[in-house]
Amino acid sequence: MTALTIYFNDIYRAISSALIGMRITIRQMVSPTVTLQYPHEKKQMPDRVRNRLYMNYDDCIGCELCAKACPVDCIEIEVMKAPPTETLGETSTGQKKRIYVTKFDIDIAKCCYCGLCVFPCPTECLKMTDVYEFSEYDRNNLIYNFGTMSAVEVETAKLKVKQYDEEQTAKKAAAAAQAAAAKAAAAAQPAPVPEIPAAPVTPAQSEQPKGPDTPPTQQ
Amino acid sequence: MENILAFLNEPAVTMVLLALIPLVFILVYALVTIYFEMKVAAHIQNRLAYMETGWHGVIQPIADMLKLLQKEDIIPTDADKFLFILAPYLVFIGTYASFAVMPFSSGFIGSNIDLGIFYLVAASSLVVVGLLMAGWASNNKWSMFGALRSAAQIVSYEIPGVLAILGVVMVFGTMNMQTMTQMQDGGIQNWLIIGGNFPLGQKLALFPFMFILFIIYLLSSMAEVNRTPFDLPEAESELVQGYNTEYSGMKFAIFYLAEYANLFLVSAIVVVMFFGGWTSPFGSFMSGTVWSAFWFVLKGMSFVFLNIWLRWTLPRLRVDQLMYVSWKVLTPFALFCIIAIGFIMVI
Repeated sequence: MTALTIYFNDIYRAISSALIGMRITIRQMVSPTVTLQYPHEKKQMPDRVRNRLYMNYDDCIGCELCAKACPVDCIEIEVMKAPPTETLGETSTGQKKRIYVTKFDIDIAKCCYCGLCVFPCPTECLKMTDVYEFSEYDRNNLIYNFGTMSAVEVETAKLKVKQYDEEQTAKKAAAAAQAAAAKAAAAAQPAPVPEIPAAPVTPAQSEQPKGPDTPPTQQ
Repeated sequence: MENILAFLNEPAVTMVLLALIPLVFILVYALVTIYFEMKVAAHIQNRLAYMETGWHGVIQPIADMLKLLQKEDIIPTDADKFLFILAPYLVFIGTYASFAVMPFSSGFIGSNIDLGIFYLVAASSLVVVGLLMAGWASNNKWSMFGALRSAAQIVSYEIPGVLAILGVVMVFGTMNMQTMTQMQDGGIQNWLIIGGNFPLGQKLALFPFMFILFIIYLLSSMAEVNRTPFDLPEAESELVQGYNTEYSGMKFAIFYLAEYANLFLVSAIVVVMFFGGWTSPFGSFMSGTVWSAFWFVLKGMSFVFLNIWLRWTLPRLRVDQLMYVSWKVLTPFALFCIIAIGFIMVI
């Protein structure tokens, strides 16, 4: 090609490519837009989306498995064993609750949305929702307190537990005293040989009520 | 009441009022065009642009203007204060002064002088001085680069642009813009882009040259208003907005206003030269003082739209490509057209 043909060819190509570009842009201009007007319109999230954690406090049995599973330690739980006399109700799955969950905090700012806490939960009370709009002005507002026990309730529960523990220690002391007395009696009185095996069993039986499941025999 | 009428009839007062008409037009037009450009740009990219302020965001330009009014007016410590303040006004004055000879309608032209388009070219060159002043006074190397590029670009594109205007002036035999428009009156077949109001043979001979001149003027006018694909002076990705980097608040707004006013100005020149100015495309149908203003603005706006359309289509040119287009393509073609038109007009 001579310089002149290159020159005219360049001009032709410049004009034709500009026209092609203009045709494309004008078509795009009249074609429908793809914008989603976000705060007004929202995209349907996928079914298994992992966003903000939700915890159903009524179903929690205080096993702390979720807190142990969390890789970033964003779940903070405080539990207290309830006295067997207390009835804390049942979970929706029919499991009996035996533990006071005095505190159940999730620091969602720390959460890495791995979902590892969801699977260990025996009562399926912890799950990840599709809520993704939870910005706050104060970082402390991102610590969610799922526990519904008020301070007064916690104090009452603590008192009950303390009272029960005291009773138990008293009982234990009494049982121990009884056992000691029985032992002393057994030692003082040389019993007939064939009946000896029966005697040590008695203190062992008297210690049994210490277990939380069986109600105490005395009282 | 009579006092007011008498006051309005004072020649000086009338003159000032008439001079304010283009200013009012520019202000309203700029607001409309900002909205229009954003919408066109967005839809070309399959977006929606402003949707929140008012119905489809129609009052967004007003909100933008109010924001610019409230902004702090920063002058850099090391800037040349006097020139820095003067520059935006000079740019706007250059543009605004050019509107004086613009025939808005059959009944309104700021100044019906015989030197019309020559004055226009001269006055709009003042813009270069303003831009260079802004870049220099900012005391910022990017601003300076932008201003130098702007000056180089506008000066080199002035040549094909003016040669194209020269070709048109040779056809009409006048520089008066009102006369030019009147010579194209009588419908779409009399517009210069079709060959003008001439005998058929001459018309056919003129047509291709007029078309080439139209393309040349369109390209050089786009370069003169510093818009993509010729927006090297602004080049936000490399020069951070070029000459107006350091400007903020109302001074920036004035630059912006001048840019948009300039855009309409060059579109209006194209309309006056090739597309019959304010004349109706249907001959005497829909022609009158008010209708002619409508046609003028409509035609002008369609070229503004063409500019916006091109802006969102073509990428920016390189500096050497820019100079190549101006000196090696547009200028020789314009010269060739002038010679050809000279022969046609003599015969």
